Amino acid sequence: MTTVHFKINGEEKSVAAPPMKRLLDVLREDLHLTGAKEGCGEGECGSCSILMNGELVNSCLVPILQAEGTHIMTIEGVAHLVEKNEKLHPIQQSFLEKGGAQCGICTPGMILATHYLLDKYPQPTLLQIQEGLAGNLCRCTGYMRIFDAVQQAGRQNLTTGVAE
Amino acid sequence: MPEPGPIVGTSPIRKEGLAKVTGRAQYVDDITLPGMWYGATVRSTIARGCITSIAYDPAIDWSQFTIVTAADIPGENTIIHLTKDHPCLASENINHPAEPILLLAHPDKNVLHAAVEAVHVTYEDFPGVFTIEDSETGAAGDTSKVVWDHRGHGGSPNTFKTFLMQKGDDPLADSALQAAFQSADFIVEGEYRTGAQEHLYIENNGVIAEAFRAPNGSLDSITVSGSMQCPYYLVHALELVFNLPAEKCRVIQTETGGAFGGKEDFPSVIGSHAALLAMKSGHPVKICYDRAEDLIATTKRHPSRTRHRTAVSRDGKLLAGEIEVAIDGGAYATLSAVVLSRATIHAPGPYHWPHLTVRAKAMATNIAPHGAFRGFGAPQSLFALERHMDKIAKAVGLTPEELRRRNFLATGDHTATGQHLTDPVDMQGLLTRALHESNYHAKRAEFDRTNLTSTIKRGIGFAAFMHGSGFTGSGERRLNSLVKIKITPEGRPCILVSSTEFGQGTNTILSQVCAQTLRIPYDEVLVAQPDTAIVPNSGPTVASRTAMIVGKLVERASESVLATLGLPPHSAPLLSSRSAAEGSASPLDEPSNYTADQFRTTADQFRTTAVAYLAAHGSLTAEARYEAPNNIFWDDDQYKGDAYPTYAWAVYVAEVTVDTLTYIAEVKNFHALQDVGKVIHPILAKGQIEGGVAQGIGYALYEKCVYVDGLMRNNQMTNYIMPTSADLPPIHVHFEETPSIHGPQGAKGIGELPMDGPAPAILNAIEHATGIAFTEIPLLPEDIFERMSCTPVGSNEVGGTEDFKPAIDHDTRVEANA
Repeated sequence: MTTVHFKINGEEKSVAAPPMKRLLDVLREDLHLTGAKEGCGEGECGSCSILMNGELVNSCLVPILQAEGTHIMTIEGVAHLVEKNEKLHPIQQSFLEKGGAQCGICTPGMILATHYLLDKYPQPTLLQIQEGLAGNLCRCTGYMRIFDAVQQAGRQNLTTGVAE
Repeated sequence: MPEPGPIVGTSPIRKEGLAKVTGRAQYVDDITLPGMWYGATVRSTIARGCITSIAYDPAIDWSQFTIVTAADIPGENTIIHLTKDHPCLASENINHPAEPILLLAHPDKNVLHAAVEAVHVTYEDFPGVFTIEDSETGAAGDTSKVVWDHRGHGGSPNTFKTFLMQKGDDPLADSALQAAFQSADFIVEGEYRTGAQEHLYIENNGVIAEAFRAPNGSLDSITVSGSMQCPYYLVHALELVFNLPAEKCRVIQTETGGAFGGKEDFPSVIGSHAALLAMKSGHPVKICYDRAEDLIATTKRHPSRTRHRTAVSRDGKLLAGEIEVAIDGGAYATLSAVVLSRATIHAPGPYHWPHLTVRAKAMATNIAPHGAFRGFGAPQSLFALERHMDKIAKAVGLTPEELRRRNFLATGDHTATGQHLTDPVDMQGLLTRALHESNYHAKRAEFDRTNLTSTIKRGIGFAAFMHGSGFTGSGERRLNSLVKIKITPEGRPCILVSSTEFGQGTNTILSQVCAQTLRIPYDEVLVAQPDTAIVPNSGPTVASRTAMIVGKLVERASESVLATLGLPPHSAPLLSSRSAAEGSASPLDEPSNYTADQFRTTADQFRTTAVAYLAAHGSLTAEARYEAPNNIFWDDDQYKGDAYPTYAWAVYVAEVTVDTLTYIAEVKNFHALQDVGKVIHPILAKGQIEGGVAQGIGYALYEKCVYVDGLMRNNQMTNYIMPTSADLPPIHVHFEETPSIHGPQGAKGIGELPMDGPAPAILNAIEHATGIAFTEIPLLPEDIFERMSCTPVGSNEVGGTEDFKPAIDHDTRVEANA
């Protein structure tokens, strides 16, 4: 067992776990953050996507040892509390309004991939969206509603500055 | 806040959307029960044979495990679908690779993988049957190839089911058909094949089971929660496996991460397995497959072979057709008979056939059983038909468009089952609009020009088709679905149905129908979690039946709520006392014309009235049970009558490129036009069509199940390739909304339709681009390479469409000469 320290959704955490335990399993089993999903376990589907030091990673491919000292954001940390009320991130709001979530299993990963994409390209082109989300599989939507959602979130960047 | 205006026809936010975008939605693998153990499955390593021994490696302390074999099953060792041929656990015979033999449970899931490997099973190995052709040899009398011979079933060995569908009541129908062939100007033959397809829901199959014992220690009841489409199917399976009455088998659907038919029949298997482990271990047991296990063990779309022989007149009229459909059902019957039924009825497509015979059969092989998958047989037979129509056009010398125009069904016509089409059918109009929206004619001409000098060949093609809404034939009568609406203490309606949400929008559209009927805001309506202890059986969530059939029942139950509360029904005036007094409704009295304020007024009125009713009477639950329309009739024996209450109709247009250097075919643009009746929720409806088209593009060009000795060998997302966001073209969705009396507010089924059209439209476009008539999907670059590089230039005789001179539009040329 190794004790690993990292910051998750703004909170300091220490977890004692076998060093090669997957970050995905630490999130789901040790920290009870079940928003990241396992779809394939080999880095193909992206449903376990999280942000680690601002980079988009598949948490099924990250041994917990590598998380030492990092800042991690999961879907549970995307919305904010404003005076005890949950305020959705504009990306989440856009996914809701534009039909970007159907069965929802890919949605947490897709929203984090979008978050990363909009950090890089605040108003992405369609091609940038297509390439930026290509590591996140969705079997329900055919992606068109997701593109709409990302574009709407990008337009909000235009009016309100870079997304929170 | 309540949204203003109409509800049906608008796009409110999906009911469970907030939980999904915040990551709070609880899928089965997110749930942990106190004291829960984990289950795993020991599977056969051969395709066909007998188990000779089972040994447990002494390196493992087996006393820590619960081990379940077939001998532990308290009831029947069967997974019931339509027959009882499918064992819950193999005890002697093995009929497919990865067949479940034995189950293990342990408190630590990390030890299970090694434990499964430490159970050593030996076999007597028999040669397997892996193709429809081999299975036919067995059916024809080669006993070494008989792999399924269910006692008491009757019929031929290896044959799960056959159908004979013949147009007309005339006893001389067959000779009339033969005469039509003798007098025909052209006879066009073709053979078409489709491969297995994996659903690839991103959430694998998974369940948690609990077993409860009576004070005397006997098994009292079973509860299974999990990812599924049809809770009552699993109730029925558990009744037999555990020899318990239905009310002792409780099934709860958890949030379900995609299904597409892959969670229609299979949860009966994994649910029974987890429940057996729970019974024996005394602990709740979770089984969630990983991707590799889900891919080798669960169902796929049935592979198919369809043969067409068509008599056609010089002016392009279909005179007679003989169609043979064969599907590979895998090792056990499961749902193959009903998949075959839909394949049979959709085989003639949206065309008028004066004489037609369809012979269909579902064959057994030593492959894991194939099962339900969006489209349910129709994508297979419509792929064959719509490729064949382009072949006929070429043979006759008409454009694909003109050939179809001369043969389309229209309102008032009779289908091949003798169904009188009373709902409006306008295939001519759909085709005109689809070709216009896609700029088909101009693009066809442009590609013909540019292809002459380009290594990248472009093509455009289309497919015309329909999909029957609801269960086939007398299925809805047998289902006898029931819907309830219960009023909560706060005076809000709660919809009680077993119809499940797995992304397609069940919760949302049923709430819209209820809200619109009750004239209250969408946000007022609640939907109960599908739990068989609470919800009635509104039927399985399959067959494009939820919007139309269940939606109609929700509408009727809502009307019943209004009647009980003494509130006026939908068409009567509610708000305006003036018009009520005068007994005539103004346009404002249609709910679709209500303003937000009026909705709030009616919502307040509804709540006040409902709460007052509860105070006086205690409770209010309204229900509606399916009543077959009295003008709908189906004869199962003769295979004649009204196959479906109504159909959705569609024309899809695909634009492709084929790179003659890399042999990669790509879809570059896609137009999907359909008449699905009233569109209840435009955003969800578009999402359904786009998602189906994406699966159809995968079916045509990417998704191949590679079988070796009956086992899927590419059982990883790394090498089973579905379309990513970078692979798909723009998908333009267009609706016509001709209302049907069978659905709420005129809605028809939508979910499966978009799976039917893409594959033939794409291969038709590829033929336009390359001149090569491909007849089989999936069509991968290596298949295109094989044909373009290895096959000699074909002749252009009648009935043969092989032609490797690229970019020659025979259709245009023939038309110009005519």
